[in-house]
Amino acid sequence: MDSQIPAVRMQNITKTFGKVTANKDVNLDIRRGEILALLGENGSGKTTLMNMLSGIYYPDSGSIYIDGKEADIGSPREAFSYGIGMIHQHFKLVDVLTAAENIILGLKEEGRLNLDAAEKRIREICSTYGFEVDPKQKIYDMSVSQKQTVEIVKVLYRGADILILDEPTAVLTPQETERLFDVLRNMRADGKAVVIITHKLREVEEISDRVAVLRKGEYVGELKTSETNAQEMTDMMVGHAVSLNIERPEPKDPKPRIEVKNLSVRSSDGIRKLTDVSFDIRTGEILGIAGISGSGQKELLESVTGLQPVESGSITYIEDDGSRRELIGMDPRHIQAMGVSLAFVPEDRLGMGLVGSMNITDNMMLRSYRGGHTVFTNRKPPKALADRVVRELEVVTPGLTTPVQRLSGGNVQKVLVGREIASAPTVLLTAYAVRGLDINSSYTIYNLLNEQKKEGVAVVYVGEDLDVLIELCDRILVLSGGRVSGIVDGRTADKNEIGLMMTKAGGEAHE
Amino acid sequence: MFDLISFIPRAVAQSIPLLYGCTGETITEKSGNLNLGIPGVMYVGAISGVIGSFLYEQSAGDQMNGFLTIFIPMACCLLGSLLMGLLYCFLTVTMRANQNVTGLAMTTFGVGFGNFFGGSLIKLSGSEVPSIALSATSRAFSRSLPFAANLGWFGKIFLSYGFLAYLAIAIALTASYVLKHTRTGLQLRAVGESPATADAAGISITKYKYFTTCIGCMIAGLGGLYYVMDYACGVWSNDAFGDRGWLAIALVIFTIWRPNVSILASMLFGGLYILYLYIPSGMNLSMKEIYKMFPYLVTIIVLVISSMRNKRENQPPASLGLNYFREDR
Repeated sequence: MDSQIPAVRMQNITKTFGKVTANKDVNLDIRRGEILALLGENGSGKTTLMNMLSGIYYPDSGSIYIDGKEADIGSPREAFSYGIGMIHQHFKLVDVLTAAENIILGLKEEGRLNLDAAEKRIREICSTYGFEVDPKQKIYDMSVSQKQTVEIVKVLYRGADILILDEPTAVLTPQETERLFDVLRNMRADGKAVVIITHKLREVEEISDRVAVLRKGEYVGELKTSETNAQEMTDMMVGHAVSLNIERPEPKDPKPRIEVKNLSVRSSDGIRKLTDVSFDIRTGEILGIAGISGSGQKELLESVTGLQPVESGSITYIEDDGSRRELIGMDPRHIQAMGVSLAFVPEDRLGMGLVGSMNITDNMMLRSYRGGHTVFTNRKPPKALADRVVRELEVVTPGLTTPVQRLSGGNVQKVLVGREIASAPTVLLTAYAVRGLDINSSYTIYNLLNEQKKEGVAVVYVGEDLDVLIELCDRILVLSGGRVSGIVDGRTADKNEIGLMMTKAGGEAHE
Repeated sequence: MFDLISFIPRAVAQSIPLLYGCTGETITEKSGNLNLGIPGVMYVGAISGVIGSFLYEQSAGDQMNGFLTIFIPMACCLLGSLLMGLLYCFLTVTMRANQNVTGLAMTTFGVGFGNFFGGSLIKLSGSEVPSIALSATSRAFSRSLPFAANLGWFGKIFLSYGFLAYLAIAIALTASYVLKHTRTGLQLRAVGESPATADAAGISITKYKYFTTCIGCMIAGLGGLYYVMDYACGVWSNDAFGDRGWLAIALVIFTIWRPNVSILASMLFGGLYILYLYIPSGMNLSMKEIYKMFPYLVTIIVLVISSMRNKRENQPPASLGLNYFREDR
């Protein structure tokens, strides 16, 4: 192994988008037979940097050397010719095509289109590294982890030996993550260079050999994973010391606020999404909801907020004085007026709750425009709110008039969550509030939730990261295929136990 | 009595412009370009062919060369439609203008262009009626096999058309094969479904969009040419082409983006379009308009059914109507 000449050397790379500098004078080495973790907060330019390697973007200045020779990567096709393959955070797959068709897409091979030969080669690759892929399966029939596998096979099929994975674990269960890491280790042993972009420090510690840190588009430094720890890495990323413990104040006098009984929901296509779900949401407490994505989390929250028609069961809102009101059948607007507030962050981050082409102030107004007495809207309060959210949550934006779709993902989310919290709810439902957020912003959000909890708000936190669920939540409800497979105490819960409950088919409740 | 043997050839003749337009639009839409300019393109294709053949007929007089009689109108038609295609691509792909607005503007432009030059030619020829007749060219275009007339009903139904009719079917079958069974087709579908994916796979989005849109426009333009030269017997009169371009776009949806299905579907549409001639409706002219509605009605029903069944393969290309810009965030 030639460790002197790195597989990739990036020198003084600078890239700007309009006025925003995404990368400034970045230097980075990627070596063969090594897993490099690229660490940084949201908007620190990790993805942009790697996109320049994979030919999606072209650097404004600086040079890239592949195996010691200067390379000019002007397009994804040229990136492939240098053996660079990137697995994007948002999968680049065509839904209506099969796995095999996706894998051979864009390849310039001689002769007629021969899918059978391609399928045979795909099976060979799968057996070498231990993947499971059915080449004939359509992408839209696949689970997230299967899609990711197709992506990885795709780059291997092209003979890539420099692999870049952009937040590969964001959508995987702990078990799937383990399997992915095994595959990555196989590749490392095979002499490939692997780069993994992430901000989950536990994963960095588990899988990587070396860590490179970016902060605000600039290269901060690199560390050997074996010689560092989570605290040091975080401090480098953020630029100042951050406490890594999530606070969990004792719930004060929890009282049931919303009682859900035997709730069953079917989607509009008649597919059963929730079966016989019963639980309660209590004041001054954070209830976590764990489950593989698509296990009914969305339907559950939407039923409570009146957005989803319910098949059977009851959802009861209990006032402070003990009087009860049935929420099913109520107008969503009335439910909202009672203080039940929903912040749902979908996978594409923009789909629900924010309008991408509108600016921050206007998005704040989406919640409040019905107030007031004249036909004209009053822009002052939403502007003040926007200003506060931007300041308190440290939203990086050129100004309040910037359309939210121009902001980076994390900042978009801060705007959304900030707005929901500001509506002073009695029940705050959040789903994937920290999806894709970096550590610093995530902690800001956890603190916000804890503050709400202390004020006696009943908080529901639907999350993906089990470690966080266990540290943050008082109780955790585990969903599996639309059924409650158990409610566990956050203080005593075990990650593996929850992971198993998430994949369990049936479900007997135990508390 | 319903006369099937005279009905079918008329339905087929009616269907050919639709089939050209539909095939052209289908492959264009497969690249993610929703070209609503197709009606205009068909007008431009038709008038370009008419101009070419008019000038040739004027200059050649009696000594018309059989090859040039066909070649010149066709070349002019293809060139005219190609320019429309290039214009559409330049605006939407290079300049990233809104596709709907561009398409509608091009339809308005194309119809106006056709009528303007049509009107000019009518003036030039100094004819009494508001139309130009290019009978010599039309004879060449609508010539069917010599022995077709001797084959009774078989010849009438299958062999009584000019070569452009068979070309339309051949093009539709070819397009269908290319889309389904070749690498180019696979990559084209990927461009229309998810340009970001195709781009990351190293496929040139711009190239695919330009090529398919221009080829699509040229195919659609031939539909206009067929209409004037064969169906209308070489007679151009303003606005005669009517709403066939829109019908072709409706046909794309009706066939759920399948050129091979569109061969039969266009004949169905063609049949519905002239059905009123065969159903005794008395002298009531308003009935005619009701019958002409049928194709659209059927399209709406298909649209409803295919949306209800919600099968992924039957949906429009996912990025239809959206422009692609790589560094968009």
